[in-house]
Parts: sequence; structure tokens; C-alpha cells
Amino acid sequence: MTQMTFARAINSGLRKSLENDPKVILMGEDIGTLGGVFRVTDGLQKDFGKHRVVDTPLAESAIMGTAVGLAYRGYRPVVEIQFDGFIYPAFDQIVSQVAKIHYRTQGAVKMPITVRVPFGGGIGSPEHHSESPEAYFTHTSGLRVVSPSTPQDAHTMIQQAIALDDPVLYFEPKRRYHDKGEVDESIEPGAALSMEKARVVIEGTDVTLVAYGPLVKTAKDAALAAADEGVSIEVIDLRSLAPVDFATLEASVRKTGRLVITHEAGQSGGLGAEVAASITERCFYHLEAAPVRVTGFDIPYPYSKVEMHHLPGLDRILDGVDRALGRPNSLSGLEG
Amino acid sequence: MFTDELGQGGNAAGGPDSSAGHHHGAGGSMVQLITPGGERVSHPQYDAWVREVTDEQLASLYEDMVVIRRIDTEATALQRQGELGLWPPMLGQEASQIGSARSLRDDDFVFSSYRENGVAYCRGVDLADILTVWRGNASSGWDPYTVNMATPQIIIGAQTLHATGYAMGIQNDGADSVAITYFGDGATSEGDVNEAMVFAASFQSPVVFFCQNNHWAISEPVRLQSHIRIADRAAGFGIPSVQVDGNDVLAVMAATREAIERARHGGGPTFIEAVTYRMGPHTTADDPTRYRDANELEDWAAKDPIARVKGLLERKGLLTEQLEARVAAKADAVAREMRAGCINMPDPEPMDIFKNVYSTPNSWLDRQEDHYSRYLASFGDPAGANSEEGAR
Ligand SMILES: Cc1ncc(C[n+]2csc(CCOP(=O)(O)OP(=O)(O)O)c2C)c(N)n1
Repeated sequence: MTQMTFARAINSGLRKSLENDPKVILMGEDIGTLGGVFRVTDGLQKDFGKHRVVDTPLAESAIMGTAVGLAYRGYRPVVEIQFDGFIYPAFDQIVSQVAKIHYRTQGAVKMPITVRVPFGGGIGSPEHHSESPEAYFTHTSGLRVVSPSTPQDAHTMIQQAIALDDPVLYFEPKRRYHDKGEVDESIEPGAALSMEKARVVIEGTDVTLVAYGPLVKTAKDAALAAADEGVSIEVIDLRSLAPVDFATLEASVRKTGRLVITHEAGQSGGLGAEVAASITERCFYHLEAAPVRVTGFDIPYPYSKVEMHHLPGLDRILDGVDRALGRPNSLSGLEG
Repeated sequence: MFTDELGQGGNAAGGPDSSAGHHHGAGGSMVQLITPGGERVSHPQYDAWVREVTDEQLASLYEDMVVIRRIDTEATALQRQGELGLWPPMLGQEASQIGSARSLRDDDFVFSSYRENGVAYCRGVDLADILTVWRGNASSGWDPYTVNMATPQIIIGAQTLHATGYAMGIQNDGADSVAITYFGDGATSEGDVNEAMVFAASFQSPVVFFCQNNHWAISEPVRLQSHIRIADRAAGFGIPSVQVDGNDVLAVMAATREAIERARHGGGPTFIEAVTYRMGPHTTADDPTRYRDANELEDWAAKDPIARVKGLLERKGLLTEQLEARVAAKADAVAREMRAGCINMPDPEPMDIFKNVYSTPNSWLDRQEDHYSRYLASFGDPAGANSEEGAR
């Protein structure tokens, strides 16, 4: 076990993947000599060479589209998109090509591409640097979408994503890059918890609170605060956003009877809607109240001085928990 | 001078800018080795690339062109008879497709658009497999790795990036094969094609950009896409380019061979603009009379790529009755085989739609698949559930 930051844990996972499989290639803007703007790829080009860790021209569609060609040729490209807001020029290649080529070719061509996306807010950045675009990708079949929340998961899940024969969008909560945690680098990715599985982070009996990526820590803090008030919250880290591990969620909701889901992305058409609908379908007779969403607003990501109003914080989450419990809350007295 | 004769955008009426004067760039004249009248003309630079093409090979190129035109006619007929949903004719582009495709080695890899069915024929794609997609039986008709040709791309220009990435892989592998990508004049306006050229030039990847300037992107004339000769754009990326008469099979072959040799030996990418003409509609669903002038078609009919090589064979005394009979028999046989393959193609099974979305199990999809198969089973006869009227 070693203490390391979230960013370092990904770096170490990337290093192991590069060592284990000569077909793994890293591509992106500034990932070579600089080591990426967040230093996640620090030192990798020095150790593996310019052909394994490729500094590309500034063209997101091309980064993704050439990764497709490399995958055709048997490589396993790991693409870094510098910031969430810059993934859109690559959107067409991701949803029309990466996601569909296996289907299109009736299984003949595999697309084992991992797309690393630093995402989410809370770091006081300008426009286009704090977005949560995950729902665009969870809506696209052929893709898998994951988001780790701890250094250990960051380390193992990146290796699992790279080893998988399907394309994976790997969303890295950038405001957690500097958080430290214990990482056991000796765990074989195949022996670790599968990235498709959700994890019960804190057990509880009154409410199921679902979060992923940057908000897992906030959700944990909320559960600890609620415990002081005598409310027992079960916190679940989704880890996989597509597909969602509904089995774990169902088991929890059958026990608690109440569901709150939180994410930074805007509410409408977000992942929370999918979780709420699916859990309602599966656990209708176990639910004591309608599922509650605590999310970002349906606005463009706001300027940094007020971003904390947009981001679900501990208190907004607890207000949502109160709603699920039918306790007095900010919406008490409102119909519907 | 040939540029003037063929003039980008032809003499199409109704474009946004009909002053054709801007469209003749500074990049030199178009390479031509056979005149529209079938006369072999010499070219100081490009003759060398086709010097060893024997009479027999010339006849075989002619045969290929006749055969793919027949594939086109037969597929169009199949569409009209309701056997295919759609077909994108290559009529008029036979020299571009044959001249380039017959310059490739088996281990070179092709990334094309939807119109390169003549190229697919050259790669050895099974005839019926060319039609699978157009019949709607599957999203692809072949395994790319058995013929080293990716399945046709519909998103305009996307495949140029795939070819460039594949070429980067070739470089990494230290191999001497080459990737070639086909696209239209309209595609050159897309960001992907331009980004592909940036990457190919920056990494000096072994990729050939083969643009078939067939003058039209559905209803839009080439002059709406480019204010200069398309070939001249490549210079801005640092990529050598050539404009070649796309209705001249030898000129296309010479230019493609040069580009491929350059790529094979570490010389990086080349851009080829093959100036040709789409004689038919964009697809069988298109009506070109709404946007293009009948005179334009006549002008281009006089430059027909097959008539041209036939003229050359005739001048050389090679156009014998035996040759004509052999070519006709081959075209007939190909058409027969393709038609039979099309009509006898088994219909896909309903549950096939769930296959190959992922290469590993996916709990969301597995559940939907399970639920739908239960739904189908509830009818007893799965075919009944497939009908639009329903079986209830
Ligand atoms: C990204 C994209 N936009 C629009 C279309 C619709 N579309 C299909 S073919 C075509 C014209 C393409 O023209 P060109 O690149 O010159 O190729 P050609 O059809 O002439 O061979 C268009 C607009 C598409 N397939 N993809």
C-alpha cells in the first residue's frame, strides 16, 4: 500500500498498461514532455518513447479518428481529452465511429479505445473547463462510461478500461486529482472489483444516496453529517455510469425504501433520470417515496464565483434526503 | 489546358459563383496519358510509372471497368426491382476506381466512402456482399480483415482519419504497407479531411488521399466547396499533390503508383485529385435533372472512361472479337452471380439486432434482449411479431 494522489494513481495504472501490452498507445495534446496539463501522464513519454506516448496536433476529431485507425490496426489507444468542454469536436467520431464499428462490422473489428476525460467543476476554471458531458455518452450504445472516485479505483479501473475490448469513456473527477488515498499497486486489475460494479461506500438503512465521481466524497460527508442527526444513509458509488449496476441499487432500495441521486450535470435527461426511472420500474412496491434528484441546474456551467450554487453541496444533498424522507425541506408546501 | 477543358465545376449552371475564373489554381496542368479520343500521349514525369503495363494488362483494366459498370447497372436494376433499398452509382468513375485500386498490394488497406463499390470488387469482396448493406440485411457485407478494406463509410470524410491512424500504426509496426482513403470533392470541406491532412503531414504517415472530384456533392457543385483547385489545397498542409484526369485509367494508375511508392519508402502522404464526373444520380433516390444541366452530361459523356481505353485498345489493334467476347462473358457472369447472391440472401433474424453492440456482456442490453425475446416468444411465431400490423 502506498499513499498517492488520484492523478498519480492513474499515472501508475497507465504505466502498468504500457508495460504489459506493447499495443497500448497514449495520445493527446500536451501529454508528452509536459505530462498533460494535470500531469497525469507525467514521465511516461520519457520512459516509453514518442511512439507510445504521442503528443498530437490540436484537433480533437483527429485524435479520436486516428485512434480508430490505430484500433483497426490492432492497437489499444488511450486518448486524453484535455478538458470536458473540448470533447465536442470529437463527438462525431466517438458516437458514429468508436461506438458503432464493432456492430457495423458484425464483430470483425474491435474498438478497444479508452477516452480519458477530466470532468466536472469546483476548481474555479473559465468556461468549457468544468462540464459534465457524461449523459451524451451514456445515451450512446456501444460505449461504456465509468467514473472512479478514489485513487485505488482510479488505478485499477484505468487498467480494466484499457484491457477491455470495448470502448470506454473514463471520466476523471478533476477536482479530486490532488486528493490522496491508499493504493495497492500489486492488485491485478482482473482480481479487483470489476469496473461495472457499483460499491456500497457507507451502509445505511433509511435512504439510499447514489453518487459518482466528484460527488462521492460530498455524499459521504453528507451521510456522516446526517448520522449526527440520527438519519442512516447508505451511500453508493456507481463507478459504472453505463451500464449502471442496478442489482446493487435494487438491493439497497429494497432495504431503505428511499432513493436520492446526485450529480453535477444538469437535471433534465441526466443520469439521475435514468436511475430514478429504472429503480421505480424495478422497485415500485418497495419505494416509500418518489426518487429525488439533487443535481446541477439546466444552465451552462456558471462563472467560478458562483459555481458553488450550481454544484450540489452537502447541504443541498441533505435537503434532498429530507425530501425523500418526507421531513421538512426547502420545497415543503409545494404541490408536485 | 486540360484544366480549362474540364474546368472545375464544369459548365454547371446555377452555382453560387459562376465566374469560373477563380477555380484554376497555380498547381500545374492535369496529368493525362490517354486523350478522350483514345490516343496515348506522353508525359515526361508520369510515363515511367506505367511503362511496364503490358497490352494484356491494359486489356484487363478495360475488362475491370466494363465489369464494374455492369455491377453498377445490375445493382441499379435490382434497386428498381425492389431488391435493394438504395444504390449509389459509380457510373463515370470507373477509371478512377480501377486505376487506383489495381495499384494496391494485398497488404495495403483501404478506407473508402459508400461509392467505391468498384474498389471493393478489386479487393476481392464477394459480389453479393457488396449489396448486403444496400439490401438492408446487415450494417456491413464483409470482414475488413479478409480483404483489407474497411466497410463503406457514410459520414462524409470520417474515413480519412481512420486511414491516417491506420497508417500511423503501419509506421509503428515498421511495415511497408500503405493506407489509402477515398472521398469526394464535397468531403474536402469537412473538418475531418483537413484534420487528417494535418496529422498525416505532421507524422509523415504512409497514407494516400484519393479525392474523386466528380463535380457534385448531391446537388452542390464543386465550386461551392472550393475556391481553388482541390489538389492545390494539399500544399497548405505540406502534402505533395497531383491533379489527374480521373477518366483516364493509365493516368490514375501512374499517379497512384507514384503516391504509393512515396508512402512505402518513408516519403509520407500524397494527395491525388482525380477529376472525373458522376454520370448518374447521387443515389437511386436522387433526381439530378433538378440541379444539373443536360449539356454538362453530354460534355462528359464524350470523355467516357471506358470508351477512352477502348479507343486506345483499338488504336493498338488489341480490340479483338475474342477480347470483346471475353469481357462481355465476364460481365454477364459477374452480374448473374451478384443478382443470384442478392436474391438468395437470407433475411436476418429479429434477435440479430442485439448482436455485436459490445464484444463483452452488457447488463443493460442483455436485459432488453431478454425482455424482447420473451415478447417475441409470446406470439409463438416470431415472424408474426415482426409485421407492422402486429399479431394481436
Ligand atoms: C457528415 C455528413 N453530412 C452529410 C451527409 C449527407 N450526404 C451524403 S453524400 C453527400 C454528398 C457528398 O459529396 P462528395 O463528398 O462530393 O462525394 P460523392 O457523393 O460525390 O461521391 C451528403 C451531403 C453525410 N453522409 N455525412
